[in-house]
Amino acid sequence: MPLDDRVRASAVAIRQAILRASRRANRGHIGSALSVADLVAGIVHALDLGRRPEEDRDRFVLSKGHAALAYYAGLQQVGILGSSALDEFCADGSRLATHPDRGVPGVSFSTGSLGLGVSYSVGSALAARLRGSSRRTVALMSDAELNCGLTWEALMFAAHHRLHRFQIVIDLNGSQAFGATSDVLDLRPIAARLEAFGFRVDEIDGHDPRQIREALEMPADGDRRPRATVASTKLGHGVSFMEGRLEWHYRPMTDDQYHQAMLEVGPSCDERSSTR
Amino acid sequence: MRRALVDALIELAARDERVVLLTADLGFAFLEAFRDRFPTRFFNVGVAEDNLIGLATGLGADGFVPFAYTMAAFALPRAFEIVRNGPVAHRLPVRIVGVGGGFDYGTDGPSHYALDDLALARALGEIDVFVPADAIQARDAVQAMSGCAGPVYLRLGTELRGVLPIPARAFEPGRIRTLKEGGPRSDVCLLALGPTAFDALEAAPLLEAAGIVTTVVAVSSLRPLLVEDIIRVVSGARMVVTLENHAVEGGLGSLVAEVMAEARLRPRLWRAGVTTRRFAPGRPSYLRAQLGLDASSLARRIGEALREP
Repeated sequence: MPLDDRVRASAVAIRQAILRASRRANRGHIGSALSVADLVAGIVHALDLGRRPEEDRDRFVLSKGHAALAYYAGLQQVGILGSSALDEFCADGSRLATHPDRGVPGVSFSTGSLGLGVSYSVGSALAARLRGSSRRTVALMSDAELNCGLTWEALMFAAHHRLHRFQIVIDLNGSQAFGATSDVLDLRPIAARLEAFGFRVDEIDGHDPRQIREALEMPADGDRRPRATVASTKLGHGVSFMEGRLEWHYRPMTDDQYHQAMLEVGPSCDERSSTR
Repeated sequence: MRRALVDALIELAARDERVVLLTADLGFAFLEAFRDRFPTRFFNVGVAEDNLIGLATGLGADGFVPFAYTMAAFALPRAFEIVRNGPVAHRLPVRIVGVGGGFDYGTDGPSHYALDDLALARALGEIDVFVPADAIQARDAVQAMSGCAGPVYLRLGTELRGVLPIPARAFEPGRIRTLKEGGPRSDVCLLALGPTAFDALEAAPLLEAAGIVTTVVAVSSLRPLLVEDIIRVVSGARMVVTLENHAVEGGLGSLVAEVMAEARLRPRLWRAGVTTRRFAPGRPSYLRAQLGLDASSLARRIGEALREP
């Protein structure tokens, strides 16, 4: 199967896993997880997260820790987490909480406190540089993490030290915990700001597997700048009644909503979005 | 102490290639020797204490042993949450070096004082806290870190106050050192944290001259701390005095009070330390006198307390 099709199939499986696990655990953060499902699918297939020895394995850091369900489901897609791992999601005593914990296979850093994951990731990319390892570090972050001073401290460091195997992917869903990003702290023009901070920037549709794949390919032109991919997404993408609606940052689903959502994220939904 | 730190770091880095030094733009006239010797393992991260700790977390998770250097006023007070969620939560061998504990940067004013850093460190729980009293202890503290799998906060003074009269192996995590033995029936047992041991030592002859039998103990780490050792030295004393260049809340005084209360020890306790934030800046020696923490103030107040019924 061509890579884009595998990514597309994984994204469907990730959405289904998100819905199943959040329904079972009666937990929220569904919208945030759905908005990154395609990005997570693209990243787990683009990086080598499991085959090489630990120190040379690529790193995928979920800085927007509240989308952990998408992360876990993505790690399942490449066999790093077992297929039944999510049965334990949010169970008492389980490591699989609503924010990722370093004890979970494939999770390099415990995240959830916004802004910290980007800084950790830059440290991780610096470690790779010091070791002479060619591994890559990709941090998937929310647009609201651009509110954090620490994010920009870390980006400045990455750019100054030309950590070109470091990449941030920004989930630009335009929505944060208590409002639209444009109402809270308008971040625009994001690409220009990142460029001014020394990043090589792509702007993509964060639900298009081909664009995601291209953004994750290492450029061959010798550019030493770290990379930023600004991926436009929709909160709750794939489920019509969640799309762009802030309450799905928080709410769990009823049984009816769950069945409706599962119908929508199935393969038919995926065809719909790819012919948009 | 900073000189001793840099010498110890160079020695350590020569043996251990995992050692990396990060600074938040501080260490002028001290860290150059490390930078020049190990240019690829030295990073000035800029005035960015949060990122200092975040980067150290990333490096520590990848098998490095990062030393994160900044002022004590900024290390934990500014980057507290990053320290908690980073090196502490991930249990990484990150070494946070805070220079200028207490009011050591006296004439720089209160923005540069660290009167709460030890309380913050204690609140973090799972971070070792070393407070060497002199250059030899500072060197030994760096060496002792090789035995620490988790994070360490190293609080350094900036004043040159001499060398404590103690034998070799000057610093061992958790061990207290008796500098002056007053015997099992001391009138006062002075427990002094880090460089304040010099003030306690200066106060001792003044107390003895007044007929007050005095024991002086140097405490150079808050975690680990051998509780039995504290109980042993304070038991039998009529009065226990803790001394620290830190607020009385949350530092050594609080710790000793907790130990004494839980062990049901009943000697009179005075936690000598900083009790107000409203004081005008000045050199550390001036501030000690102003705040009642110099040798003569200590001797006077202890004498007064012991004369009370």
